[in-house]
Amino acid sequence: MKPFGGNVLFLDRSDINTDEIIPARYLTEISKEALKPHLLEDLKLEGFDPARDLAGKAAIVSRKNFGCGSSREHAPWALEVNGIHIVVAENFARIFRQNMFNCGMLAVELPGEIIEELFRTFGKGATQVEVDFPHDRLTFTSGKVKRTYPYRLNPFDKTLVEAGGWVEYADAKY
Amino acid sequence: MGKTIAEKIFDSHEVDRPFPDVRVLRLDRVFCHEITTPTAIDDLVRRGKDRVFDPDKIKAVIDHVSPAKDEKTALQGKILRDWARRHGIKDFFDIGANGVCHALFPEKGFVRPGFTVIMGDSHTCTHGAFGAFAAGVGTTDLEVGILKGVCAFRTPKTLRINVVGKPPAGVFAKDIILGIIGKIGVNGATDRVIEFHGPVIDAMSMESRMTLCNMAVEAGATSGICQPDERTVEYLWPFIRGEYASRSQALADYSRWKSDPDAEYEKVIDFDVSTLEPLVTFGYKPDQVKPVREMEGTRVDQVYIGSCTNGRFEDLEVAATVLKGKKIHPQVRGILAPATPEVYRRALESGILTIFLEAGFCVTNPTCGACLGMSNGVLAPGEVCASTTNRNFNGRMGKGGMIHLMSPATAAATAVAGVITNSPLYAK
Repeated sequence: MKPFGGNVLFLDRSDINTDEIIPARYLTEISKEALKPHLLEDLKLEGFDPARDLAGKAAIVSRKNFGCGSSREHAPWALEVNGIHIVVAENFARIFRQNMFNCGMLAVELPGEIIEELFRTFGKGATQVEVDFPHDRLTFTSGKVKRTYPYRLNPFDKTLVEAGGWVEYADAKY
Repeated sequence: MGKTIAEKIFDSHEVDRPFPDVRVLRLDRVFCHEITTPTAIDDLVRRGKDRVFDPDKIKAVIDHVSPAKDEKTALQGKILRDWARRHGIKDFFDIGANGVCHALFPEKGFVRPGFTVIMGDSHTCTHGAFGAFAAGVGTTDLEVGILKGVCAFRTPKTLRINVVGKPPAGVFAKDIILGIIGKIGVNGATDRVIEFHGPVIDAMSMESRMTLCNMAVEAGATSGICQPDERTVEYLWPFIRGEYASRSQALADYSRWKSDPDAEYEKVIDFDVSTLEPLVTFGYKPDQVKPVREMEGTRVDQVYIGSCTNGRFEDLEVAATVLKGKKIHPQVRGILAPATPEVYRRALESGILTIFLEAGFCVTNPTCGACLGMSNGVLAPGEVCASTTNRNFNGRMGKGGMIHLMSPATAAATAVAGVITNSPLYAK
């Protein structure tokens, strides 16, 4: 299993699409590593600077419909090669969410009021998230503030993460 | 209890149900293109599993960047081409025979009512126009599809949209789907299938139904589906005449894939098009739509007519009606990319290409190209494009460019005026 958790990047916007996560002009790359410098290059978000804001981050918290648009798995791959293995949002576009689990990564959905609380409580300062995968819990820490939130994963998605992805699972089973 | 179309297809294709709400389906079609397939091929080779489940059910095309624009895109094409050859994939479409996948594959008769279809491309939902369950997937799902002929889906709920009323002249399928997306939002159908019903759909050509289903994903839908009817049979007849004694026999068989009268929908929406106006997008999301009237006068640098949404013959025909005998504005670059060689040939033979050329359009070969900012009409920063494509995302057609989505009629009228404007086909 991949390591989950670390410094959190807050992206305060809904409907962040996969063209923004990794623009189509980089889809000609066959190696995932080549996507690394281009993550979130076209993100439309006031004040966001990918070079500065992505440094050292291992998790993303965002709003609604994260990963909408194109089916490109290059979006999770671009996150993966940057060491970001978990995205927390109110909800995800179907293909992006499935791509995350198919790659053994985590797309965690939390209710809107909790996402709101995360932005309010942790959105401004340096924040870390700890992922208790066996017990489905996230713990956010910023300075002295520490809060734990339970989450729910579809058992199939959890199995995929444990199996190391869909190819291994399907090849063994079908 | 009755079933929706998706429920019928899921029940008839289920291989496994590893968890209560997860269904592993047998696939009738796995479509491939050169952007998302090479990484799957590469991974299969690396795992020592360079096999395909059934070369006859896999169809492949080089369409996103064709002809190749550089070494990288040439390599992507080569990986797909070599793979198709070594696995005996007969239906592989290379340069000269290639076109935009979601226009080309229907034209070849590859999709039938009741089929399950996946492709590493979000606009795969287009094929639902034939009464199929067709869904875009990522590379890993595609890879498993190629290897095992299966794909896992959560059981989708179905949203039924009844398109009612009589569309005014000059209002097309593109305006209807933009109107629907504007109403339900880019997240309005996530994890849902949209079933399109109603007299307006019944009267629609298969090409218009494809335009409609194509953009279902822009509302987040897994698939957009129209139920099979006489028009479906008529479109498919050249491909199925050996299978059925008559059209009515084909229709009777396909009717098993209609939804039951007592099917249960999560939600039913009536969308009345009687007063619908031609629409255009204004922001960076496909649900940001306005009547063309309210955007009238917005200057454009480029007009692009093409793509899996609106690059079919019917689209070119409508645009040509508007362009006939006119010149496009001197400060506008007009680009027409017929979606397939067949569309190109018909447009050539019927004189439509001449109308475009005389109006000042550049006619390119079939390719996805500019729609996703790959080639053939990428925008410079600050430029504005009136486009018949499907996504107005920030940077989609080129970093810093702005895209306004619209119908081919509106795009043609805009090319002539140099600013966004209604087509003369629209009678207020």
